[in-house]
Amino acid sequence: MTVTEDRPSYKWVGTRPIRHDGYDKVVGKARFAADLNLPGQLHAAILRSPHGHARILSIDTSTAEAMPGVKAVVTAADFPALDVGNPEHDVAMNLMARDVVLYVGHALAAVAASTRAEAQAAAAAIEVEYELLPVVLSLDESMADGAPLVNDDNRTAFSGSDEPSNLATVTPLERGDVDGAFEAADLIVEREFDTAWVHQGYIEPHACVVDVGADGKADIWASSQGHFRVRSQTAAVLGWDTARVKVTPAEIGGGFGGKTTIYLEPVAARLSEKSGRPVKITMSRDEVLRATGPAPASKARIRIAATNDGELTAIDGWIGYAVGCTNDMAGFIGAMSVASYRFPNLKLEAVAALTNTPKSAAYRAPSAPQAAFAIESVIDEIAQLLEMDPIDLRLKNAVVEGDPTAMGSPHPRIGFVECLEAIRDSDHYRSPVPEGTARGVGSGFWFNIGEQSSATVNLNEDGTATVITGSPDIGGSRASMALMAAEELGIDVYRITPVVADTESVGFTDVTEGSRATFATGMAVVNACRELIDQLKTRAATILGVEADAVDWVDGAAVAEDKDPLPLADITAKAKSTGGPLTVTASLNAGGAGPSFAVHCCDVAVDEETGQVTVLRYTTAQDAGTAIHPSYVEGQMQGGTAQGIGWALNEEYVYDDDGTMLNASFLDYRVPVASDLPMIETIIVEVPNPAHPYGVRGVGETGIVPPMATIANAVSRATGARLTSLPMSPPKVLAVLDDR
Amino acid sequence: MSKRSRTHVTCTVNGDEVDFLASDDTSLLDALRDELGLTGAKEGCGTGDCGACSVLVDGRVNCSCLMFAPEAEGTDIVTVEGIAEGDQLHPLQQTFLEGAALQCGICTPGFLVSAKALLDENPDPTETEIRYALAGNLCRCTGYDKIVRSVQEAAVQLRGATR
Ligand code: FES
Ligand code: FES
Repeated sequence: MTVTEDRPSYKWVGTRPIRHDGYDKVVGKARFAADLNLPGQLHAAILRSPHGHARILSIDTSTAEAMPGVKAVVTAADFPALDVGNPEHDVAMNLMARDVVLYVGHALAAVAASTRAEAQAAAAAIEVEYELLPVVLSLDESMADGAPLVNDDNRTAFSGSDEPSNLATVTPLERGDVDGAFEAADLIVEREFDTAWVHQGYIEPHACVVDVGADGKADIWASSQGHFRVRSQTAAVLGWDTARVKVTPAEIGGGFGGKTTIYLEPVAARLSEKSGRPVKITMSRDEVLRATGPAPASKARIRIAATNDGELTAIDGWIGYAVGCTNDMAGFIGAMSVASYRFPNLKLEAVAALTNTPKSAAYRAPSAPQAAFAIESVIDEIAQLLEMDPIDLRLKNAVVEGDPTAMGSPHPRIGFVECLEAIRDSDHYRSPVPEGTARGVGSGFWFNIGEQSSATVNLNEDGTATVITGSPDIGGSRASMALMAAEELGIDVYRITPVVADTESVGFTDVTEGSRATFATGMAVVNACRELIDQLKTRAATILGVEADAVDWVDGAAVAEDKDPLPLADITAKAKSTGGPLTVTASLNAGGAGPSFAVHCCDVAVDEETGQVTVLRYTTAQDAGTAIHPSYVEGQMQGGTAQGIGWALNEEYVYDDDGTMLNASFLDYRVPVASDLPMIETIIVEVPNPAHPYGVRGVGETGIVPPMATIANAVSRATGARLTSLPMSPPKVLAVLDDR
Repeated sequence: MSKRSRTHVTCTVNGDEVDFLASDDTSLLDALRDELGLTGAKEGCGTGDCGACSVLVDGRVNCSCLMFAPEAEGTDIVTVEGIAEGDQLHPLQQTFLEGAALQCGICTPGFLVSAKALLDENPDPTETEIRYALAGNLCRCTGYDKIVRSVQEAAVQLRGATR
């Protein structure tokens, strides 16, 4: 179901064609990084630290080097030491520990051999002497007075201090008179919250194949959300010029933010350079969980003041993120998440602190879910205490265009109110709550980003078109590019071939993150098409013998008074005689990515004997601006929701005292399966983003923000007990029920 | 036995008789991918927990990462590459495309194989039966909604075709 503001009618935008890359993916032909094999290829294995924090006293690779099949061994000594201030310092340190290991799973050597088994055996034979250092595993330990340093190289960002510190960022926000507002309040609710480490859980482990030729150039095939970043990070870590590195994007088997950085490519490159052979590295699931990007664990204390008629007058809070072994912007971004409600008085401090756990990575709307869980739970409790409908309470306080964001600048045109109304008016919300269940609502948003994109559009002789971009397609964006090009050019979407090209075949394009691909790369495609149409009109004028400004472009054809319409294919057929090939490249640094809001509603049942929470019905309403391909917009909404349900109910890293993850498998780190979930009903709200030619807002991330509070709010209404700790696993639910 | 000793395995894969050499500790998944070049089945975990490597062995769904290649001797194996009939996609493949049941697509081969096994056995499954039959296959992108609906739609089409 779609709720739409008035907008122009489109022929292609908003339709649901079969995606162009779909056939290869249903017949098993699509090539993911691990599917590629090169002649003479070696397999690499990585030796990882068994300790949570230790000094490396010595590494002896001599036994390993003499083992059968072994062709090359590398350690940090094979990479240049980057200065602490180098932007890729932390990436380099993470993919090969130099003097210290900072978490269990930290890589410190790698072996390339003829087979994976030989490489693994040799890696295990590398001898390392360690001096154990104190391990810091939680936010509280990290921030305690006199806490041991997690990482000597860390400095608190924006602090100006050059002292090593466990603090990554400290972000204070303040406006209005918070103390006065709390004094005047009719009602104050204060709660503390915590959430566990969770993993993005993409089904495809990280993988790459790298071939460094005799000319010293590296050919890389990688699974990533941004092959231009793979190129720049790999070059930086190796100390190479960017031009020595070519990266071809393989199909990517899920990323959700976790594949916006690199873990393997420079290691494979150095092994390939040393051995003179192509090198393939594929991570195991165990390595993925132990050594790649979980999202930060968090703690929060939130206090909100309200009047008896439901006006939220002030918020006062603290939120902290445990970000792993290197600096991270989690706290800074998390602080921005208070911007859903007007709050005339606001005081918030967001902090991120280091722990001896894996370097955290972005996970879909990074930092927002933790903050929204806390804030949306307190707001719900206020609605309960005031006996107000939770949607009415939110409607009364929701931000609209012009209201301040967390930083104080005004919100652009946004669709929060429209999403609240969509849920309020939905079949789900209006239906009676079934016996034995309870209903909760929650909301959230994500800012979205624009950044740099390039696109080349080639018109072929027969009037078909090739649309070439540099944005890896992580969930249907190729189809969106083709749809926008079809709309512009006025040709059938299946006459367009969307291509994601390597770093040498298309202009620079930033990572697919921040829900930016359809927004920013789409804008580059639209700009290229518009310039092509200008050229087509000029060519048509020549063919028709009229002035160029007498020609219009209508529905895929040039039209001029008293002339028959000249279809695109008739113009491309005459390209040679009218000026040569028709091709345009457009590039931009896009601004104006509009925030996307969502409101969720769910019905849950709580088994009071086992503590099991079951989600029985779920509806999400989200502002997509304009849905280019509604099926994939729904898919993003449903996928984000399912991940949020996992975060709410099951998923958590379990560490022992030394920092060893105890549940590093999909058996024990349990993501939702089909039988855990109901259908996820979707309402696409379309409040067009004025900064995009079709009104697009990124939709990829928002879906994961509301579910935790939505479910906690439903559980509270089911049981009378408020769950403030994620995941709401059966033992925790039982404990809270017992305390009632 | 030395690591290099290899067993000669003969079996049927997607209707063709094939043979290959595999050491005793090679998984069927690695043999399919590396020896036979059939990279449709994926490795998401290697421990039987994700279903990305699902193939049919004598008509039953198996995690090929958990089977040793020599155990395939004499069996009839179907992988995602063998589900279509020539150019004609299997109704599941078609409904997955039309229903947008794949986002990244890494889980898709496993889901198609498991769903085919389900519909071969039970042409008219309930939503709950579909969800339980697919509970061994993880998808992190879709939230399963569109996968389940696509299986329901394929079941309707298949029943129509055999009526
Ligand atoms: S790879 Fe076989 S079940 Fe995951
Ligand atoms: S479509 Fe990506 S895991 Fe299922």
